[in-house]
Amino acid sequence: MSTSEWPLWEVFIRSKQGLNHKHVGSLRAPDATLALENARDVYTRRSEGISIWVVESAHIHATDIDEAAAFFEPSDTKIYRHPTFYEVPDGVKHM
Amino acid sequence: MTQAEQERRFLEKIEKEIKIEPNDWMPDEYRQTLIRQISQHAHSEIVGMLPEGNWITRAPNLRRKAVLLAKVQDEAGHGLYLYSAAETLGADREQLIDDMHTGKAKYSSIFNYPAVTWADIGTIGWLVDGAAIMNQVALCRTSYGPYARAMVKICKEESFHQRQGYESLIKLCNGTPQQKAMAQDAMNRFWWPALMMFGPSDAESTHSDQSIKWKIKRFTNDELRQSFVDATVSQAEILGLTIPDPNLKWNEARGHYDFSEINWDEFWQVVKGNGPCNKERIAARLKAKEDGLWVREAANAFAKKRAMKKSA
Repeated sequence: MSTSEWPLWEVFIRSKQGLNHKHVGSLRAPDATLALENARDVYTRRSEGISIWVVESAHIHATDIDEAAAFFEPSDTKIYRHPTFYEVPDGVKHM
Repeated sequence: MTQAEQERRFLEKIEKEIKIEPNDWMPDEYRQTLIRQISQHAHSEIVGMLPEGNWITRAPNLRRKAVLLAKVQDEAGHGLYLYSAAETLGADREQLIDDMHTGKAKYSSIFNYPAVTWADIGTIGWLVDGAAIMNQVALCRTSYGPYARAMVKICKEESFHQRQGYESLIKLCNGTPQQKAMAQDAMNRFWWPALMMFGPSDAESTHSDQSIKWKIKRFTNDELRQSFVDATVSQAEILGLTIPDPNLKWNEARGHYDFSEINWDEFWQVVKGNGPCNKERIAARLKAKEDGLWVREAANAFAKKRAMKKSA
């Protein structure tokens, strides 16, 4: 028996109220309780967090890196979604 | 996409300082080099706990004890960040650890020297962590994303390690003549092994060239060693300690300190397993793994039991 049997968990930490949980790294633990305690000991030794999420890595679905160009293409071609696309006469205020 | 096209895109990212991430295509040799370097780095953090851990119960007062405990705990965390980074490359953590135990994988040779007095603990913080920081700051810009991110975290935490060591030595050097002598003795024993931490000279280093091209390493061993000497000389002067090298002197033309040739015979002897503590360190790691087995098994059994209760 080895720790390899312990699943891999991804760790997300909210550093302070008002901010998102952010991915900080991973660790191995036998269950969610120990994953949270280990995450506290490993990733928040200097008050880096007020809330931790752990998610088993196996449960994360991700976009395919090889398909990324095609997958994200629709947004790259729509420059009219950005405010700088539009011309406004000089002197127009509050816009 | 053809292999050649993949490789071209990979090199283009390296060229443009775009980080390589776990699922990106990368040459096999890049992957293997990283696994070797990151795991060796992880092993060093873990083995590095041994000489210091030994002094936790003997620290001269509660403040020093709490500090040392925090430092050793940090090293465990650093080992974990690095093993996790190695895992993103497809390495098996248990296998990496077993490779260290069988001697197939190395760890930093510095930890094969014993810490025999309390002054050694201050000196390890100052010189050994100082040398490690020199190396690690450079690695914050390494081309592999997870390794670079681990390094950023480690560097943030590591600077306290060096400062606490230096502070401890300041106390000793301003203490009794015996305390000062103890600090000098530690300096005499740790100076050369600290310089050896940067690895073989550039002429002898087998992996350096390719690693620099792939931006895994950003500076060569000799460049980092020189930066460390340049940074450390004045720190030693403030302590009033003498660096044990008669040839150490400022070279105006180079803009750097000159120093003696390292005793490479000693370096290779220690790398090959014949240092003062190699066997002791590996034995301690093996014992820790075996003695901790029941804890890992119990944690597994408990997790299974709880999962069953939940589903019932």
